[in-house]
Amino acid sequence: MRLPAPCGPLSEGVVETLRARPAGPHAVPEPRAMGDVTYPLTDRDFQLALWILYELHYRGFEDVEDPGAEWDPLLMVSRAALERTFEHAVRRLVGEASQDAPALADLGDTPAAQVTAALVRMTARSGPSEVAQFLHRRATREEFRAYLAERAVYHLRESDPQSFVLPRIGGAAKVALAELQYDEYGGGRPDRLHQALFARALASLDLPTDLAPYVERATGATLASVNLMSLFALNRRLRGAAMGHLAAFEATSSLPCERILRGARRLDLPEAVQDYYDEHVEADAVHEQLAIRGICAALVEDEPDLAPDVVLGATACLAVDGLAGEVLLDGWHGRRDARAAG
Amino acid sequence: MSERRVVVTDCPGGPLLVRGADEVVGVDGSTARVERAVVAVCRCGRSDRMPWCDDSHRDRRRKTKP
Ligand code: FES
Ligand SMILES: [Fe+2]
Ligand SMILES: [Fe+2]
Repeated sequence: MRLPAPCGPLSEGVVETLRARPAGPHAVPEPRAMGDVTYPLTDRDFQLALWILYELHYRGFEDVEDPGAEWDPLLMVSRAALERTFEHAVRRLVGEASQDAPALADLGDTPAAQVTAALVRMTARSGPSEVAQFLHRRATREEFRAYLAERAVYHLRESDPQSFVLPRIGGAAKVALAELQYDEYGGGRPDRLHQALFARALASLDLPTDLAPYVERATGATLASVNLMSLFALNRRLRGAAMGHLAAFEATSSLPCERILRGARRLDLPEAVQDYYDEHVEADAVHEQLAIRGICAALVEDEPDLAPDVVLGATACLAVDGLAGEVLLDGWHGRRDARAAG
Repeated sequence: MSERRVVVTDCPGGPLLVRGADEVVGVDGSTARVERAVVAVCRCGRSDRMPWCDDSHRDRRRKTKP
């Protein structure tokens, strides 16, 4: 993949620094008045800058010449500065979202019971998300394609952030995470790798299968939902949040995937699209139990102090992904309204 | 080599997680092949993908919103 086109001073700073010759120290990108960022969770420039810095830890960029860029001390300083602002915004959003959440202590006798009850409670929705309902009943083929394109930034790297957590936890939680990841990574069959299933779904709709074009078009909120996983997974202190995030994600996936699958059938979309969602109805019903009971409960049994972080991560997942969903819906409705008006 | 074991784990309010099985036999005698390392077997009777859990056990609330 090549570096994406920057879209503002922050991402420009990062891209320019990465393009610079691998000689001598890099400049820290002008932390532009990070004060100009009023709402980092939807600020595309902010999220793109952070996404590019995180990507150095995943597959990197072919046009970044310096093989040491990943651990470049000055880039780490930039990353930390962006992360501080990001984490602060996430914690604020979580604070608002959990105003009427019961105290953990009231939910059970042990940290494991408390965390299990909290995760089940917060993921028990009264119905599938609005996005899933829209795809199920209303979306046109073009809107469905646009949905896959928007989600590609997530699904083409599905499960990779959580792999960074494996060495950071131990015992039964580690075993359960490995078990879950084995399933995400195809259960021993390269053709069933979930990332590859999604790439095939994209290809079946004549969409590209490399990440670059999607990164350049994804909204700030979508990039934030992906960056959130890296924030949690790449900072050891946030390992509890990473696993809470995973649990909330898996526990709110099966039912929406069933809706999206029905939408794909309604539109008679190719088998590969249906296959991706079909696999996830069944797989995520398993993953939900593995993540809540196998990973999170075992983790806090081992490290009780992590209980609040597990809940933080789960709340953040629902809130930030919810935000990305809203942006998506606004876009669809806006375009429909514009068409109706024109 | 350790002996092969089938392990069933109870998930209160949800399915049974089953590890190490080859197939699940329904009341009508039909068999479903186990295709992944861990499977979730429906216990609530509401799944559309019997014998597998499809998370329908979560759907039981309908008294919300007027
Ligand atoms: S136990 Fe999950 S659908 Fe029945
Ligand atoms: Fe998956
Ligand atoms: Fe999953």
